[in-house]
Amino acid sequence: MADEEDKSGAGVGKLKGSKQTKRAPRYFDDSSDVTSKDKHENEKPSEGKSEDKKKSGKKRTSAPDGDHADTKRGKESWDSDEEKDPFPGEAPVKEETLARYTRGEGNKVKMRAKTAGPKLERKTMEKKFHLAAKQAARAELLLGEDHGYLEASDDEDTSQLSQTDIADAVDISAAQKHFDLKLDKFGPYRMNYTRNGRFLVIGGRRGHVAALDWMSKKLLCEINVMEGVHDVKWLHVETMFAVAQQRWTYIYDHQGVELHCLKKFNNVLKMEFLPYHFLLATASSTGFLQYLDVSLGKELVAINVKQGCLNVMTQNPQTAVVHLGHANGTVTLWSPNVKEPLAKLLSHVTAVRSIAIDKTGTYMATSGQDRYMKVFDIRAMKPLQVYRMSAGAGQLAFSQTGLVAAALGNVVEVYKDCCSNVAEKPYLTHRLRNNISGLQFCPYEDVLGVGHRDGFTSLLIPGAGEANFDAFENNPYQTKKQRRDYEVKMLLEKIQPEMIGLEPGGVGQVSQLTAQEVEKREQEAVQKKFEPARKKKGRSKSLKTVQRTKGVEEEWRRMKVRQKMREEEEKRKKQQKDQKKKEKWGSALDRFQRKDN
Amino acid sequence: MKIKVLSRNPDDYARETKRDIQRLPRNYDPSLHPFEAAREYTRALNATKLERVFAKPFVGALDGHRDGVNCMAKHPGSLSTLLTGACDGEIKIWNLASRDCRRTIQAHTGFVRGMCVTPDHSNFLSIGDDKTVKMWSLTSPDDGEEEEPVHTILGKNIFTGIDHHWKDPTFATCGQTVDIWDHARAEPLRSFSWGVDSLNCVRFNPIEKHYLASCAADRSIILYDTRGSSPLRKVILNMRSNVIAWNPMEAFVFTVANEDHNLYSFDIRRLTSPFNIHMDHVNAVLDLDYSPTGREFVSGSFDKTIRIFPLDKGRSREVYHTKRMQRVFCIKWSLDNKYILSGSDETNVRIWKAKAAEKIGKLTPREESSQSYNDKLKEKFQHHPQVRRIARHRHVPKEVYHLTRQTRIMKDSKRRKEQNRIRHSKPGSIKKKREREKVVVAEQE
Repeated sequence: MADEEDKSGAGVGKLKGSKQTKRAPRYFDDSSDVTSKDKHENEKPSEGKSEDKKKSGKKRTSAPDGDHADTKRGKESWDSDEEKDPFPGEAPVKEETLARYTRGEGNKVKMRAKTAGPKLERKTMEKKFHLAAKQAARAELLLGEDHGYLEASDDEDTSQLSQTDIADAVDISAAQKHFDLKLDKFGPYRMNYTRNGRFLVIGGRRGHVAALDWMSKKLLCEINVMEGVHDVKWLHVETMFAVAQQRWTYIYDHQGVELHCLKKFNNVLKMEFLPYHFLLATASSTGFLQYLDVSLGKELVAINVKQGCLNVMTQNPQTAVVHLGHANGTVTLWSPNVKEPLAKLLSHVTAVRSIAIDKTGTYMATSGQDRYMKVFDIRAMKPLQVYRMSAGAGQLAFSQTGLVAAALGNVVEVYKDCCSNVAEKPYLTHRLRNNISGLQFCPYEDVLGVGHRDGFTSLLIPGAGEANFDAFENNPYQTKKQRRDYEVKMLLEKIQPEMIGLEPGGVGQVSQLTAQEVEKREQEAVQKKFEPARKKKGRSKSLKTVQRTKGVEEEWRRMKVRQKMREEEEKRKKQQKDQKKKEKWGSALDRFQRKDN
Repeated sequence: MKIKVLSRNPDDYARETKRDIQRLPRNYDPSLHPFEAAREYTRALNATKLERVFAKPFVGALDGHRDGVNCMAKHPGSLSTLLTGACDGEIKIWNLASRDCRRTIQAHTGFVRGMCVTPDHSNFLSIGDDKTVKMWSLTSPDDGEEEEPVHTILGKNIFTGIDHHWKDPTFATCGQTVDIWDHARAEPLRSFSWGVDSLNCVRFNPIEKHYLASCAADRSIILYDTRGSSPLRKVILNMRSNVIAWNPMEAFVFTVANEDHNLYSFDIRRLTSPFNIHMDHVNAVLDLDYSPTGREFVSGSFDKTIRIFPLDKGRSREVYHTKRMQRVFCIKWSLDNKYILSGSDETNVRIWKAKAAEKIGKLTPREESSQSYNDKLKEKFQHHPQVRRIARHRHVPKEVYHLTRQTRIMKDSKRRKEQNRIRHSKPGSIKKKREREKVVVAEQE
C-alpha cells in the first residue's frame, strides 16, 4: 500500500512539476521518459519531489475514491508529459519578415462616427489585416528550398572565381546549367527566358531564331527568318514568341510556324511584354513606342516619343510602366494612356545605353556612354549610387534577389548589394570572347544567360534566383494541362491598360480628396465658354456675337493673368518679409554658432 | 570557399502517381505577386458580371387554382409543404419538392381570406367570406372519404385575417374586431376594438408571444397585448397599411406594407416615426414577409413585381417579375431562407430563389471557397463605379420603368417647391420636415 501511495504521489508531484514548467521551461530533465524516471524516484526521491509528495498526500485525502483517483491522476501525468510542447505557442515571426508582408500602416485618420459600430468594425478589420500578414510571414517556415550562396573567407575573393570552379564545386545537375552554345555564324544573339524560367528563345542578328527547353536542352524549334533580328520576346506562355525583324514584327509559335505578321510594328529595335496586361510594348528606330494588345490582336496606341531612335527599353514589373533611355541622357517613363511621358529623369550627360529595374520596382540601374552606372530609387526619383565602370555597360540586368549584372564589352560583371550600399568590387566576373548583346538572369534559377556574337552562354551565379516559386504565379514544373488552365485564368484576370500608372496600388486606394476638391477639379477640366445672350433685332448677327464672345473671353483670360500676377506678387512680398525677418533675427540655430567666427 | 547553387529535385515538385493531385508550392512574398489591387479589382468585376449572368431566380410555377391566389401559409415543420387559398374558396396543399398538389379542399364560399397552421403541425385553420373559421386536419382523409373540417366556428361578421399563437392553442382573427380564440371554445376569449369598423391584418409577435399587431382601414396600426383587456397603442399613417409583419429576430421591429407604394419599418419603442422607409414599388404594396434571419424581407405589389429589401436599406436589392405574373396578392419567404413563394392574380403560385444567382444544391468545397472569395471581393470593390453599375442594373417592365421615372420627377418637383417656399418665406417660419417625420400622422395611447 505504501508503495502504491508513493507511486501515486510521484505522479501527482509531477503534475505539479509540469505546471511549474509553464513559468520557466525546463526541457530535458522533465520531458524524459516517464517510466524510467518513476523508478528513479522510487529509489532516491529528491528534496523538491518529496515536498510535492506532501502536497499530493493532502490532495489524496480529499479525493472521494482513492484508488480510482490514483490511476486517473497517474494517467493524466503521463499525458501531460507526453504532450508537453518544447516550443509552446505559435512560432515567432521576426519583425523584418513581417514588414515585408504588411501592406502599409493602419488607418490613422480619426473617425467622426456617432456610434461605436464603425470604429469597432475598423478595428477588427485592422486586426484581420495584421493577422493575415503575420500568417503569411509565418508561412515562410514551410518554404522548401534555400537560396544559393557563395561564402568566401577573408583572404578569398569571389570575383576571382571562374565558372569552371563553380561548376566543379556544385552537384552534377546544377553543373549542367553552365553551358555554351557555339553559334558563330549568325550572331550576335538576343535572348529571352519565359517567366517561369523553363524555356529560352535566342535570336541571332543574321536571322537565326531558336526556342528550347534549356534545362533538358530539348529544342522546340529552330528557324532562319532570312532577315535581320533585333529582338526576341516570349509572350504570356511558352507557345508563342515575338520576333522583331528588320522590317516588321512577327509572332511565331513554339514550332516555328509564323502566326502573325504585325506590319504596323515596323523597324522595332526593342520589345517588352507586360504579362498581366497582355501588352507587347515595342520601341522602334523611327521613334515610336507602340503597344499591341496580344489578347485582342489590336494595336492599342502608338506614341511618338520625339526623341529619335529608341534602342533602350525596359519595364517596371510592379507598375507596368515602360522606361525608355535616350541619346540625350534622359530616361522617360511611359504608360499607354498618356501621350506625354509620366516622368523624365536626367540620368547621364551622354546617351543612355541600358536600363534595368529590379523585381520590387524600387531600384532602377542605368548605364551611359559616360562609363557611369547609376542606381536610382524610382519611387522617390532620386539617385542612390553612382559607379564608375571600366566601360559603359551595354547591357544591364537585375536578378530576382537583387544582383546586378553589367555587360562591359566582352566582360560580365555581377554586383551584389549595390543599390542601397556601395559595392566595392564585383561579386563575380566572367570574360567572354566577344561583345555581349543580350543579358538576362533566368527566373527561379541561379543562372545568367548571356547572348553574344559567338552564340549563347549560360553562367552559374550562386544566389541569383528566387528559391521558392509560387505555383499560382509561375511554375517551372508546369504540365501541359496546368499551362492551359493558367492561360485561361490569366486571360480572365487581364488588367485593363487604363490602369497602368505610376502608383502600383492605384485602384485599391481611397481617394483623399474632399467632395469640394473633386468638384473644383472637374470644373477646371471643363473649359468655360461664354454664350452671348440674344439682343435686339440687328444686333445679334453672327459676326457681332462672335466678336462679343471673343471680347468676353479675352477679358476672362486677362482677369486670370491679372489674378495670377497678383498672387505671385503677394507670394514675393511674403518671401521678402520673411527674408527680412530672418536677417534681423537670424535662424534659431544660430545660437549654436561659434562666437569667435 | 562555400558554394551552393539552386538545384531542385524535380521529383519534389511532381505528383507521385497519376491519381494524385499536382503539387502547387506557394510563396506569399508580395513581390512575387505584382498588381495585387488591379488583379483583385478585375476579379471583382468578373465576379459581379458572372453574378448577373447566372441570375436566374425563377424556379418554377405551381398551377392548378382556378381563381386568383389570395392567401398562403407556410408549414412551420415541413419545408416542402405549402398551403394556398384562392378567391373561389378553394384551398390547395402543395408539395414543393415534387411541385405537385397533394390535396384540394373546397373550403369556403367566396374568398379564402387567411390561413395558418397550428404549432403542433396537426391542423390548419382557414377563414373565408362565408363568416366561418374552419379547422382542417393536415393528414389527408382515406380514399373515398370526403374532405370535412375538424370543426367550424360560425362568426357574426366577415373575417379578414387570421394568425395563430406561436405556442399556445389560441389564435386571433380580425374583421370588425380583433378576437382571440381558443381551440376548445366556439366563442372568442377576448375581443378588442378601438373605434374602427374594419381591420385587415393581424399578426402575433413570434418572440414576445403575447403581443399582437393589426392594420386597420382607418390608416392605423394597432398594438395589443393578449393578457390585457384593451389595445396598447395606435399609430395613424398617411395612407392605409395592407399588411404588417414582425421581425422574427428582433421582437421590437415590425414592417408595414402601405398603400402609398412604400414600406415602413418601425421600432415599437419609438412609434413617432419609422426608422426606415423602403421605397421602390410604384403601386400599392399588398403583402410582405420576413426572411427567417430577420435581415431582409420580401414584398409583393399591385405593380406586378416582387422586391427584396434589406431591413437597413431604403432601396430594394432585387426585383423579380415575369411577363405573365399579374398583381401579387400574397408572398412568403421559405423557412430555409432559400426560396420565395408568390401567389398572384393569374392563379399561379411561383417559386423564386431568394438569391438570384445562387446555385441550387450542394456545393463542392472548391465551389464554396471560390464563392466566398468572390463575395468578399464584391464587397470590397462594391463602391467602384463600374462594379456598382453592373451590380445594380436590373431590367424592369416598361410600365414600372416609366412610373419610377415619373415618381422621381414628382418627388423632385415637390422638393423644389418646398425649397422655394422656404427660400421666399420669413426665415424660420417654415420648418423643414424630414421624409420620415412626414409618415406618422398621430400616435394614440
